[in-house]
Amino acid sequence: MTHRLSWFIIFWLVVVFAFLYTPIISVVIYSFNASKLVTVWAGWSFKWYGELAKDRQIIDAALLSLQVAAISSTLATILGTIAGYVLVRFPKFLGRTAFSGMVNAPLVMPEVITGLSMLLLFITMENIFKWAVAGLADSGMGATSEVVRVLFGWVEGRGFITVVIAHVTFTMSYIAVVMRSRFLVLDLSLEEAAQDLGAKPLKVFFVITLPIVLPAIISGWLLGFTISLDDLVITAFTNGPGTTTLPQVVFSKVRLGLDPKINALATIIIAIVSIGVIIATIQMRRAEKQRQRDEQMAIRALAKA
Amino acid sequence: MAAVERTSQAPSKQTELPSWKDPKAEPYIRIENVTKKFGDFVAVNNVSLSIYRGELFSLLGGSGCGKTTLLRMLAGFENPTSGKIYIDGVDMAGIPPYDRPTNMMFQSYALFPHMTVEQNVAFGLKQDKFPDSEVKQRVAQMLDLVQLTPFAKRKPHQLSGGQRQRVALARSLVKQPKLLLLDEPLGALDKKLREATQFELMNIQDRLGITFIVVTHDQEEAMTLSTRIGVMNAGQIVQIGTPQEIYEYPQNKFVADFIGSVNLFEGQIVEDEADHVLIKSAEAGCDIYIDHGISSAPGAKAWVAIRPEKIQLTKQEVNAPHNCVRGTVKGIAYMGNLSIYLVQLDNGKQIKVTMQNQMRAAELMIDWDDRVSVTWHPNSPVALLS
Repeated sequence: MTHRLSWFIIFWLVVVFAFLYTPIISVVIYSFNASKLVTVWAGWSFKWYGELAKDRQIIDAALLSLQVAAISSTLATILGTIAGYVLVRFPKFLGRTAFSGMVNAPLVMPEVITGLSMLLLFITMENIFKWAVAGLADSGMGATSEVVRVLFGWVEGRGFITVVIAHVTFTMSYIAVVMRSRFLVLDLSLEEAAQDLGAKPLKVFFVITLPIVLPAIISGWLLGFTISLDDLVITAFTNGPGTTTLPQVVFSKVRLGLDPKINALATIIIAIVSIGVIIATIQMRRAEKQRQRDEQMAIRALAKA
Repeated sequence: MAAVERTSQAPSKQTELPSWKDPKAEPYIRIENVTKKFGDFVAVNNVSLSIYRGELFSLLGGSGCGKTTLLRMLAGFENPTSGKIYIDGVDMAGIPPYDRPTNMMFQSYALFPHMTVEQNVAFGLKQDKFPDSEVKQRVAQMLDLVQLTPFAKRKPHQLSGGQRQRVALARSLVKQPKLLLLDEPLGALDKKLREATQFELMNIQDRLGITFIVVTHDQEEAMTLSTRIGVMNAGQIVQIGTPQEIYEYPQNKFVADFIGSVNLFEGQIVEDEADHVLIKSAEAGCDIYIDHGISSAPGAKAWVAIRPEKIQLTKQEVNAPHNCVRGTVKGIAYMGNLSIYLVQLDNGKQIKVTMQNQMRAAELMIDWDDRVSVTWHPNSPVALLS
């Protein structure tokens, strides 16, 4: 059997890769275009990167998106991990089926519907909030009214917090799925052994369970982060005037006509992602080699013994 | 399979009465009428059991017989549906696993993958807030005992199966529990390593004097390891006894059939005196004379169990009033030190006979399709009423 590629295979490789990557490559190339018109090539230039750095709107939106993604993914990871653990380790409790269904529902729910229902919820909350604050103030409970204003003021006009809440609710489902499958393959006897050796259940969870599933937690967090960073629809429903995320800015700019700065932004994001993927691949290969070395060491030790 | 060798492992260490026969001895672990139900399924059915200090007690049975459930109830992972468990006189009801004076060695070993060997062994001591110096010293002692000191800094995945098993053992012993529970301790090891580990386990148990309860489905393992064996079937204990008692004097068909191999003949009791029993058996094709009484009603149905190694074959015709029948050799399996013969009796029943290959002389050899006389000593058969 030869490993030489036949012309047919090479042909298909080229076609498939071209299909996948031509758009991305053209974005990268056009980000270095000197022309203001996206479709006309006018020589190489770094001009749009400079312009991008000066564009407060894009920079702010990017920073906001990163903040939203980091905070919502962290919260969603905590909730999703607990949900996944409960679904695996507590096979019987009242309302388990309903709980399981509700955790998974946002995965299959169209984003428009999730977004719309979140919007309606926040509007209702806003109305109740306004009514409560006014009512409390009128009945001479100014202090209580102030407390309510501090605690629930964020529903008014919507903004950062409502976006984060919305993102948590739907990224949590993805993370819960990841964590659930991790806990499913986690040997129950590990936790039993820890209890048997004298650790109380809560301690077992933090000292044994969590460290073992940490890699899954990290990948769950990254997944949540990516999904949140990427989201346009749900954000559009739940944010207020002051909080425009990066996808929203990009989308609105593209609608007004193609802006070369967006190409530059896209190129930067592609570069970051590619570097991330390359580092992860190298790491994984190293870990695999280490594992093989360890295995050989164990075998050698056995031979000696 | 050398059945005879297995029985030679008798608990001959103590010259005084073994604790389970001493009426004055106080049982260390008492299991009283324990039943465990999972829904409608009865996993453990009204089991009562007394185990004494320093014993190595085996629970032996096939899969699903309830032995692991019983072990898990001792460890505290399951609660009995009814009945009581006492360890060293203390009622264990409602005591969670982390407060029990027991430790368990899991079938999968359950080593913590993110900790080194040392940390794994130290884990239990750290939960009890022992000072660091003492933890260190006791861990070092344990690792020395299981000969893993050079591997202290390794992670479990850097160890071989046998080494992992020893880490698990060290981890469960380091707290010096009153009772060590072992769930199929040798199950995951290959045959050679198993034999070595068996003796290591007995040695450690002997040195530390901790009471062991071992769950196993492997009768050879139970035979070599145990002071006593409890044979379980369908959630119940069907016989308790030393390995020798279990093998030589099974109390019922299940035990006779489960432990080693046996030839069973159905028959009817004709005479039952103090010094002998006579059983008429159409299945055997002859009367069976046993040289001890069993106190039963004459005419009752009974089964006779005879171990294959306790039957003799000769090519000469033997004439005796009982314990003698003719047959034809239908198969021979040569095992080196012994041979297994499949003999078809003249009434059609097939029996198994093992004989030592003492001589190489060809003229004495029994061959396929030879006519043979099958005989046994009146001491050999066991009469079973159930």
